[in-house]
Amino acid sequence: MNDVTGMPQTAVVIGGGSDIALATLRSLAKRRLRRVVLLGRHEEVLNGAAAQLRSAGIEDVSIAIYDVNDVGRAAEIVEKTVEILGTVDLVFVAAGFLGDAKLEVIDPEIVSRTISTNFTGPAAVMTAFAHRLAVQGYGRFVVLSSVAGVRVRKSNFVYGSAKAGLDGFAQGLDDALVGTGLSVMIVRPGFVHSKMTFGLKAAPMAVTPEAVGQAIVRGLETGASVVWAPSSLFWVFAVLVHLPRRLWRLIPG
Amino acid sequence: MTVGKLEIFVGWGRNNGTGAKHLKPRNTKEVASLVERSPRCIARGLGRAYGDAAQCAGGAVIDCTGLGEILEFDVGTGVIRVEAGCSLDELSRYSVARGWFVPVTPGTAFVTIGGAVAADVHGKNHHREGSIARYVEEICLVTQGGPRTIGPNRDPDLFWATCGGMGLTGVITEVSLQLMPIATSSISVDTDRARDLDSCMEMLASGDENYRYSVAWVDARTRGRGLGRSIVTRGDHAKVGDLVSTQRNIPLSYNPVQRVRVPFTPPVSMVNALTLPVFNALWYHKAPKHRLREIQSMNAYFYPLDMLGDWNRLYGPKGFTQYQMVVPFGEEHVVRYTIERLQEAGCPSALGVLKRFGEGGPSPLSFPMPGWTLALDIPLGSAELAIALDDCDRHVANAGGRVYLAKDGRLRPELMREMYPRLDEFIEICHRTDPQGIFVSDLSRRIGLTPAPPTHRKRMNP
Repeated sequence: MNDVTGMPQTAVVIGGGSDIALATLRSLAKRRLRRVVLLGRHEEVLNGAAAQLRSAGIEDVSIAIYDVNDVGRAAEIVEKTVEILGTVDLVFVAAGFLGDAKLEVIDPEIVSRTISTNFTGPAAVMTAFAHRLAVQGYGRFVVLSSVAGVRVRKSNFVYGSAKAGLDGFAQGLDDALVGTGLSVMIVRPGFVHSKMTFGLKAAPMAVTPEAVGQAIVRGLETGASVVWAPSSLFWVFAVLVHLPRRLWRLIPG
Repeated sequence: MTVGKLEIFVGWGRNNGTGAKHLKPRNTKEVASLVERSPRCIARGLGRAYGDAAQCAGGAVIDCTGLGEILEFDVGTGVIRVEAGCSLDELSRYSVARGWFVPVTPGTAFVTIGGAVAADVHGKNHHREGSIARYVEEICLVTQGGPRTIGPNRDPDLFWATCGGMGLTGVITEVSLQLMPIATSSISVDTDRARDLDSCMEMLASGDENYRYSVAWVDARTRGRGLGRSIVTRGDHAKVGDLVSTQRNIPLSYNPVQRVRVPFTPPVSMVNALTLPVFNALWYHKAPKHRLREIQSMNAYFYPLDMLGDWNRLYGPKGFTQYQMVVPFGEEHVVRYTIERLQEAGCPSALGVLKRFGEGGPSPLSFPMPGWTLALDIPLGSAELAIALDDCDRHVANAGGRVYLAKDGRLRPELMREMYPRLDEFIEICHRTDPQGIFVSDLSRRIGLTPAPPTHRKRMNP
């Protein structure tokens, strides 16, 4: 069960290898989190993540192979998760894939794959969880969106547009869930030093997965519906969204 | 019998609601048939538990407010038999005029008698007269096997587990209660101002035994020298001779009216860092330094907040919680620590309530024990609150104290057994009367008050 300070006891992670998700769960382990299911594509990645969580104090960690693009299995994986956890307090949606956005490199296949991994796949499995958790009577979603989706940029517009889609979906889902006991918290990190961005040049105001994790825990505690990490990005983007396109497209990186 | 659809239930703190089927039976027989058909359920009264005690996510909430009849009353002995959904307000409106009052009352009259027994509530007379379970003669309890009559001499294990058992032994549908004789519906109140926490505690410790009722309202916000400055109000039921002449003809009139309601939930909490200092200063300085034998209505003395309907809305959309703990005598420093820790966390607490408890009862999950109890209402939504309260829990548990389950929404489950050493005994009794574990609440699942459901857990094959 979640408590009045927003702290969950059980959680499932979609994209179980995510650095941000793991950092968050390690923080939550110090509070009430005791049982976790990690879903992802690669067994060895999940095993490594599970070991990390166990050493953070969560003894009960299970893993299951699930490719977020495999929409046909969404309902099945939700049932499996519920069977293991009993009740699901927190659904952490962290699946994502940065991909390339240079016009010379991308092809229909890459674009389709990037959008599906970042948007349609997560949206589909969130829908399956929403249906199941409505029966349970409560539950919280945490969805990793990105500032890349707040205003889509030339340098990562495929990823960015998919995150924009996911962000919109999450907002709409949250509104649709009013009165069911379920809710959605959207997380919009800036540049995060993680596996996903390894080797890339850091953007201004870059943060660590731990910092994003702490912002997420804080968001759960304060009952936030949107979390920016770092929080100052809220003000930065309040300005940037109004920048004329001619200027916006000149922003490098 | 009305069977509704999934509905969101929240506690009085208006936070962390969960969806459940809303069932509203009108008599014991209907309760029994609903219990028989529900795989998981919990009874609910007027929803005054602050946390998740009367919620049952994904199951059924059995709303007992449809069982509101007064069944029998012996005006000679003062024993009343009522249906469990009858509120203390309704009960008093009936009994006070006849010269009898509930022997124990919490700070609101808007609780049902069933809820009061299930939480084993205490009042301002606990230091002398104990909690409500002491005055219960009989309970009709709908268990998994149907309705049963229990009492201190009739299935005592189940009876005591039911008092303070948070509804986890079954649904209380009827209660027989020994009322207390009164001569008037007024209270003769002595008021004293204490300039800080130490002098307040000293005042309570030295003078309490002279009064039936005793409580201190503590300013939990002021720091430094004035930390814990308080208004101590103590009294007893007035005698007819204490009343002014116009009231002597109608000494037992009792007709409290709710003048104002909070009409809507404001977008932010009205209890905040701006309003609190002003309110607390006004409240402290308005009280007399020392005043004897002031005649107050019972309503004004026992239920000051009841005059403002839906006051919990003042805390805004994020709601609030109440932290109520008790620590044994000799551990007074934990009271100070709790106030200071919450100040340090920047969590503005409105008025706190401080009181000395007397002997505890025989119930395995009953809250009161001899010592000091402190209750603080705290707005939710601060990121510092969760850890601050965890720290307080640790100190309370180390001191041999505990927190009150009827107020709780966030206790660390690992501390439950430490705070309530007789938990296993309680779980054992629940398991005996309810082997399938159908009586379950969000509270019981969150902190493990009932046996864990049979697990058919298998590891997933990756």
